[in-house]
Amino acid sequence: MSSLERADVARLAALARIDMTDSDLDRLSGQLSAIVDAVATLEEVADADVPATSHPIPMANVEREDVVIPSLTPEEALAAAPQAEGGRYRVPQILGEDA
Amino acid sequence: MSDTTAADRLVRMTAAEMADALAAGEITSTALTQAHLDRIAAVDGDVHAFLYVNTDRALETASAVDADRAAGVSLPRLAGVPIGIKDVLVTKGLPTTAGSRILEGWIPPYDSTVASKVREARMPILGKTNMDEFAMGSSTEHSAFGPTHNPWDLDRIPGGSGGGSAAALAAFESPLTIGSDTGGSIRQPAAVTATVGVKPTYGGVSRYGAIALASSLDQLGPCGRTVLDTALLHEVMGGHDPMDATSLREPVAGAVAAALEGASGDLTGVRIGVIKELGGEGYQDGVRQRFEEALDAARRAGAEIVEVSCPSFVYALAAYYLILPAEASSNLAKFDGVRFGLRVERDTIERTMAATRAQGFGDEVKRRVILGTYALSAGYYDAYYGSAQKVRTLIQRDFDAAFARAHVLVSPTAPTTPFKLGERIDDPLAMYLNDVATIPANLAGIPGMSIPAGLAPEDGLPVGFQLLAPAHEDARLYRVGGAIEALLTAAWGGPLSAQAPRLATTTAEVAK
Repeated sequence: MSSLERADVARLAALARIDMTDSDLDRLSGQLSAIVDAVATLEEVADADVPATSHPIPMANVEREDVVIPSLTPEEALAAAPQAEGGRYRVPQILGEDA
Repeated sequence: MSDTTAADRLVRMTAAEMADALAAGEITSTALTQAHLDRIAAVDGDVHAFLYVNTDRALETASAVDADRAAGVSLPRLAGVPIGIKDVLVTKGLPTTAGSRILEGWIPPYDSTVASKVREARMPILGKTNMDEFAMGSSTEHSAFGPTHNPWDLDRIPGGSGGGSAAALAAFESPLTIGSDTGGSIRQPAAVTATVGVKPTYGGVSRYGAIALASSLDQLGPCGRTVLDTALLHEVMGGHDPMDATSLREPVAGAVAAALEGASGDLTGVRIGVIKELGGEGYQDGVRQRFEEALDAARRAGAEIVEVSCPSFVYALAAYYLILPAEASSNLAKFDGVRFGLRVERDTIERTMAATRAQGFGDEVKRRVILGTYALSAGYYDAYYGSAQKVRTLIQRDFDAAFARAHVLVSPTAPTTPFKLGERIDDPLAMYLNDVATIPANLAGIPGMSIPAGLAPEDGLPVGFQLLAPAHEDARLYRVGGAIEALLTAAWGGPLSAQAPRLATTTAEVAK
């Protein structure tokens, strides 16, 4: 497993949609490298012939009665929106000029 | 002065005593709730356990309970007993932030299932308790609204992420609080504040309306100053909920009956397994000493003590710090500046999102989201997330083997007593070590409890004793934890919480 370089952190931050200043990148990339090195001990068991556990208490086909229950009104759902218009969430343009 | 003394006596009662006194008509919920609100006003400037104090509505609930009781209406056991709710739980009409700037000022339009159950139980909600941002941390220093201070020593951490819920109990600001435990966030704060905290079996308490951190690990649970109080709250919170697909379809374990049975202090026929890997090196001397003394007390009360080995636990911390960030990076994608919370406007939605998250998230959240994005990225998924999931299987197998030899397993809850605020804030790895003993239970989905084990001789600060039980056997924690609590309390000559130093009070704010 490789260590995390500053450029890797910049790329991951872009994927995670978090703007990073140069000083953010300086500070976080050192800390993240140390964490990645620490979790690398898992390599020792990575090849083991062991099934993966994704959910601690196995459950399958969870169902409930198909009945109508109260839900939020459109006004309630929109009440905390930074911007709303005509019963919808209002957002800046979806595609940039270069899209 | 006599009023102060009467109020002081009220807030120092156990929740069970409060419930009994209310039922007997000896006190009113209005007086009880007011005494706690006054206590919050007097000490919370220093402790900072609360992010929001719900004064008017708490008193409304109290007065409605008093009226119903006077009219002879049948009421739930904890009706009129006040409670604090960790700010990770969505509460209709009460601000909910999860300790993050990105949710500052958000008023949820609905109640979490647990908040609904608290309201149905007619418990006045005192307010929302402080926490590390999105429950990421072990000290509450990652709260965007400033840390909580440990009532045992205001310069020290109250644990985390539920430091507010634990400190509120230790400071007698609330008799009961609700916490959430993803890697120890109920148990480790309980340990360092000399209070009691329980992480139920995964799925034992509905998570509908709990702001998710890591969905395969998160569990809500009760916090109190005694095992019985914690059991009473557990029965209010627990049970199946169709709104949470991971909710267990089984009735709440008989927590209260088990706690009462344990209170006899008899442990005849109980086999207690000491986990070899959670002790020894890296554990503070006084922590080990108080842990051993608690074991001796259990042995004298008839318990058989055996040593068990869980060799895969050495990988638990590494597995946890891959699984948690991976799941958190996905869960926190909803904070995008569109539907609720902060928006930092830019020319496109993508740039708006990135600017909003840059301003709204703290450093620890950014670290973990980026780490999770890395762990889930193409080419690394199998090596990281996949390996970590294999470790979960190995840890479950270790627990299965250990529980074949013992009814409950035990260890110190945390390796050290509470450290100084600021001491580990810039060293994430040192901070993560706080949870080394609590994380395996979350990876395996089993229930765990922390009870006070005493004060470490070298620094006079609280030490926690952790008990773990097989999945669905939460009642065993109350049975054995209740017994050890009874034995230690008898040895101390009273509850450890009574030994906490007196906090300075802001009397001006108490004056009515």
